[in-house]
Amino acid sequence: MTTRKILDIDFSRIDTDRMRLNVGPQHPSTHGVLRLEVELDGEVVTNVIPHIGYLHRCFEKIAENMNYQQVIPYVDRMDYISSMNNELPYVIAVEKLLGLKVPEKVEYIRVIMAELNRIANHQIAIATFGLDAGAFTPFLYLFRDREYILWIFEKATGGRLLFNYFWVGGLANDVYPTFKEDVLNIVKQVRKTNKDIEELLIYNKIFIDRTANIGVLPADVAINYGCSGPMLRGSGVPFDLRKAEPYSIYDRFDFEIPVGKGEVGTVGDCWDRNIVRMREIEQSCRIIEQAIAQMPDTGDVQSAIPKKVRPPKGEVYFRCENPKGELGFYIISDGKDKPYRVKGRAPSFVNLSVLPEISRGYLFADLIVILGSIDIVLGEIDR
Amino acid sequence: MGLLDRLDNPYETGGIILGTLEDILNWGRSKSDWYLHFGLACCAIEFMSMNASHFDFMRFGIIPRATPRQADFIMITGTVTLKMAERIKVLWEQMAEPKYCISVGSCANSGGPYWQYGYHVLKGVDRIIPVHVYVPGCPPRPEAMEEGMMKLQSLIDRQAIFRKREKLAENENLIKSNKM
Repeated sequence: MTTRKILDIDFSRIDTDRMRLNVGPQHPSTHGVLRLEVELDGEVVTNVIPHIGYLHRCFEKIAENMNYQQVIPYVDRMDYISSMNNELPYVIAVEKLLGLKVPEKVEYIRVIMAELNRIANHQIAIATFGLDAGAFTPFLYLFRDREYILWIFEKATGGRLLFNYFWVGGLANDVYPTFKEDVLNIVKQVRKTNKDIEELLIYNKIFIDRTANIGVLPADVAINYGCSGPMLRGSGVPFDLRKAEPYSIYDRFDFEIPVGKGEVGTVGDCWDRNIVRMREIEQSCRIIEQAIAQMPDTGDVQSAIPKKVRPPKGEVYFRCENPKGELGFYIISDGKDKPYRVKGRAPSFVNLSVLPEISRGYLFADLIVILGSIDIVLGEIDR
Repeated sequence: MGLLDRLDNPYETGGIILGTLEDILNWGRSKSDWYLHFGLACCAIEFMSMNASHFDFMRFGIIPRATPRQADFIMITGTVTLKMAERIKVLWEQMAEPKYCISVGSCANSGGPYWQYGYHVLKGVDRIIPVHVYVPGCPPRPEAMEEGMMKLQSLIDRQAIFRKREKLAENENLIKSNKM
């Protein structure tokens, strides 16, 4: 037996230079074109500075030059993973300015589409989070299912990713005849895959070791930074705009708000944020099933579309529960057919601002996992 | 338009294929292109779909590389802002020859929806780097991107390595007679 010689050095007293490392803008795990300026002490992250603006597409300036309907395609391109959810607050905000009421059928189709897109978004989020943690197989399963959802979108709207489907006062076109059966089949398939993913990824020992107790975001910090969506709910705060101030027809459905409870680690760690997304998929399935059951078969989806959108002078702020958090649009109208100003309150931008706070003191490899758990989209951050 | 098409029955004579060195090099290059793992905007999401189950991009013999030094071609998938343009130029220059570029989506082709009022958007990535194949669409379907990849493969198949000038004239004749 060899005896190990123990060095009598207090490693914490050795002073080393901090290393500055640039991650991105071309890096596979920055989820787009984000640059992280990381300050490292050995392998431990001491500070992170996110540099943004590599995908600035001047949404707000373009909105000043377009009339109200023409802004909708640009709203699509903000958070391009969940376009339907983006269109919803903008369209409702303009309808509020106009004082419009849309037909029942339109409301139901909007809710079904938004919830389907929420499922698609969370599937991407979980898949890429798995990739960041080193699991490739769930990516293939989840993208297979997402493709089925995109087929429904394609049949109904003509687009796979960017739709321009919700119009001010109605929809671009009615859904196709077998829409209900298709959606119910999707819900069945999504539930089946969710079970697979729970076995493959969520309760996998390696995955738990990578994500539990990492990037802990306490509830008070989350609230102070203005986090919303799964970031906030992962920290144990049951705040969901669909319940807190129900818009559209969300008050008619029975669903729960999943929150992080710290089942395998601490409340508010990366695993909690991910499990909230998993459970929200299930809740979205419940909403879709109820909406399909209640949805009226007849009705003209274009009956309330105004010929000319020219809202009276005024301003409106309307917020919706996007898959990533609270997406709000602040619109000022000066009585013309073009908005005077459109400001978007992007959830990803606010959620990203908490990254330096929650990644200090963790290893560099954990930083990638923490960033993955925030679920950012650069199109929305830079706008 | 591969090497095997040149012979009537390539496998009947014991599997021996005769061809010029150029043909063999081009055949090897076109069937094992590695791409730079790099996404910019909306089109990158469709690009992710293409890598996943339904479309399976890797059957073209390609592998994603995280560093430009090992990549053969780059796909510009999304809006190129002026801030990002400098970085794309650097990435392109870091890639080793021979290198190819596929411009995916209307933003990368011409500025797309941001052409008119996009004060911050580069109006087409071909203003900074050479583009070999353009894929239209906003965003293009994964099938369209695969078509773009196949176009690039056929382009590599008939590229000139040795007798450049003669080959160029030959290709021009083919384009004129609509055979390419």
